[in-house]
Amino acid sequence: MNRLDFEIIKNIIKDNSRVLDVGCETGKLLKFLNKGKKINGRGLEISQKNVNICLKHGLSVVQGDADKDLVPYLSKSFDFVILSQTLQATHSPEKVLNELVRISKYAIVSFPNFGSWLVRLKLLINGVMPESVAIPHTWYTTPNIHLCTIKDFKKLCNKNSIKIEQNFYLNKNGKKITNPIKKLFNNFFSTSGLFVIKK
Amino acid sequence: MLRISVVFFLLKKIKMKNSKKFILLGTKKPLKLDNGKNLRNFKIAYQTYGNLNKNKNNAILICHALSGDQYAAGQNPITKKAGWWSKAIGPNLPIDTKKFFVICSNILGGCLGSAGPKELNPLTKKSYNMSFPVITIRDIVNAQKMLIDELGIKKLFSVIGGSAGGFQVLQWAASYPENVVSAIPIATSFRHSAQNIAFHEVGRQAIMSDPDWCNGNYIDKKKRPEKGLSVARMLAHITYLSEEAFQRKFGRNLQNKISLAYGFKTDFQVESYLKHQGLAFVDRFDANSYLYITRAMDYFDLPSQKKGGLKKIYKNSPVKFCVISFTSDWVYPTKYSKEIVDSLNAVGADVSFVEIKTDKGHDAFLLDEKEFNETIKGFLKANANKEGF
Repeated sequence: MNRLDFEIIKNIIKDNSRVLDVGCETGKLLKFLNKGKKINGRGLEISQKNVNICLKHGLSVVQGDADKDLVPYLSKSFDFVILSQTLQATHSPEKVLNELVRISKYAIVSFPNFGSWLVRLKLLINGVMPESVAIPHTWYTTPNIHLCTIKDFKKLCNKNSIKIEQNFYLNKNGKKITNPIKKLFNNFFSTSGLFVIKK
Repeated sequence: MLRISVVFFLLKKIKMKNSKKFILLGTKKPLKLDNGKNLRNFKIAYQTYGNLNKNKNNAILICHALSGDQYAAGQNPITKKAGWWSKAIGPNLPIDTKKFFVICSNILGGCLGSAGPKELNPLTKKSYNMSFPVITIRDIVNAQKMLIDELGIKKLFSVIGGSAGGFQVLQWAASYPENVVSAIPIATSFRHSAQNIAFHEVGRQAIMSDPDWCNGNYIDKKKRPEKGLSVARMLAHITYLSEEAFQRKFGRNLQNKISLAYGFKTDFQVESYLKHQGLAFVDRFDANSYLYITRAMDYFDLPSQKKGGLKKIYKNSPVKFCVISFTSDWVYPTKYSKEIVDSLNAVGADVSFVEIKTDKGHDAFLLDEKEFNETIKGFLKANANKEGF
C-alpha cells in the first residue's frame, strides 16, 4: 500500500536535493522519488528487516530511531527531511520536530488528523477510541502514542517558532481538499495533514 | 603442438591443486611500518576464489580476524575443515564467487605463510621470533594494498571483514578511499577499549608465563608454549560468545558423568568445550603471532590518526559503508558501530547500518545468521548492479 501522500511529496522535492526519509520502512517513498527525480536519498528505519529490504534495493539506510538518532546529523545537512505519518508514533514529537527543522532546509511532515469529523463522531457516538483508515489500530496495540489534530500541530509549531511554508489538507483518499469551506475548516474536514516547515 | 598441450596440461594441473599462493613484496620499495622501520622482501600468502572480470572491477578483499587465515572459503588444507567463512563465500552464497573475485590474504604478522615472527628472517636465515617488528593494523592494510597493486587491481569493489578484519576495513576506507567502492565493517570498533586491551593482556601473559615460551625463542629450542596459548584461546573464546549462548549450549550439563566428581578434572561440558577449543587452536596457530596480532589490535585507535577524529578522516569519502553489529556482541558492542555510523552521517558519507538480533555474541559473523547473510547479499548485489556487473 502506498502511503497517502507520496505524489504530493514528490512534487515538493526539487531535483538534485539531499533527502532523508525518517521512518522509511521498506524504502517505498525513496524508490518512488528515485523514479523520475534525481535525488541523493537516505533513510532512517527502526526495523532491521526493513533496512535489509532497503539495502536490497540499493538504498542507503541506517537502522535507527527518530527519537534518538537524528542528533548526530549536522545542521542543515539535508535539503528535505521527510517524516511521513510517523510523528504520532514518536516518544517526543516536539524534540523530533525541532531536530527535523535543524538538520534540513525544509521538513515535510504528515500525520493523521485526530480532529477530523469522522474521528470526533466515532468517539462521540461509540464512546470508544476511534479507528480509521489513517489510524488503523486498536488503542492497546497502536504505535501511535501521540496523536494530534491539525490545530495541535500548528500550535506546537508556533510555540517553537517553526514556520509553516506550505500546507496540504488531505481527504481519506489522500487527495488535496479543494472545497474552500472544507479548506477553511480543515481541522474538521481533513483525514490527514501535510506540512512543509522550516526554521 | 605436443608441447603446447603439455604446457596446458601442466597449467591445468597447477590450477586444480589447492596451491599455496604467496607473493614476495617490498622488493623494490620497502613497506614503511608505523614503528619507523622498513620491511623488505616479505611474503604475503593469499587465496583467491572466483574470477576477476575483464574490467577488473569485481574484486572483493576479505580481511580476516585475529585467529583467521587466508583460507576463507573451500577447504582449509591445514585443518582439513571448511574455511572460516565458507558459509558466506562461495557460489550462490552472500559473497557469490560466481559474481565476485574474492581475495583473502594472511595478514602481516600471521602464521600461515605471510611474514610474521615464525617466518625466516631473510637476513639471518633464522626465525624472526621476537625480533619481528611490532606491527599495526595500518601496516597490515598497507601490505594488503601492495598485494592488490601487484594483482593489478586498481579499485576494490568491496572490502569486508569482521572483528579485527573490521579494523582493516575501516583502515582501508581511511587510507585508500579512492581504491575502494564499498566497505563492510562487521562486529567491530574504531579503537580498542580498555577492556579489549585488558582481555588481550591476560592472553599474552598466559603465553609469556608458559616456560616453554622461552622468551619467544621456542622454535629454536624445539618447544611450544601450548599451555599458555591454549589458555589465551580459552579466555578469548569466552568473550566471543554470549552469556545466553553459553547457557543455551551447555547449561550446567555434566561431561560424560551423571553426578559431580568432587574434583578438579573436567566436570562440566563447558569446561570440556573450552579445553577442546584451546587444544584445537595450538595445532594451527603460532603463539608469537598471537602476541603480535593482539598488540596490533590494541594499538588500533583510528580517530587518533587525524586531528578531528573519525569525522575528519571520512570527510568527503566516496566509499559506501555498510556497518553491521550484533545485539549480543560484548567485545565490540553496537554502540561502537553506532559511533562510526554517527560520524559518517555527520559528514554526509554514504552509510547504511544494521544491528542483527542474535544471542550468538561476537562470533555471530562467522555463523549462519539469516538476516546477516541477507544484509551482505543485498548490499553487494545492489551495488554490483550500480557498478554494472
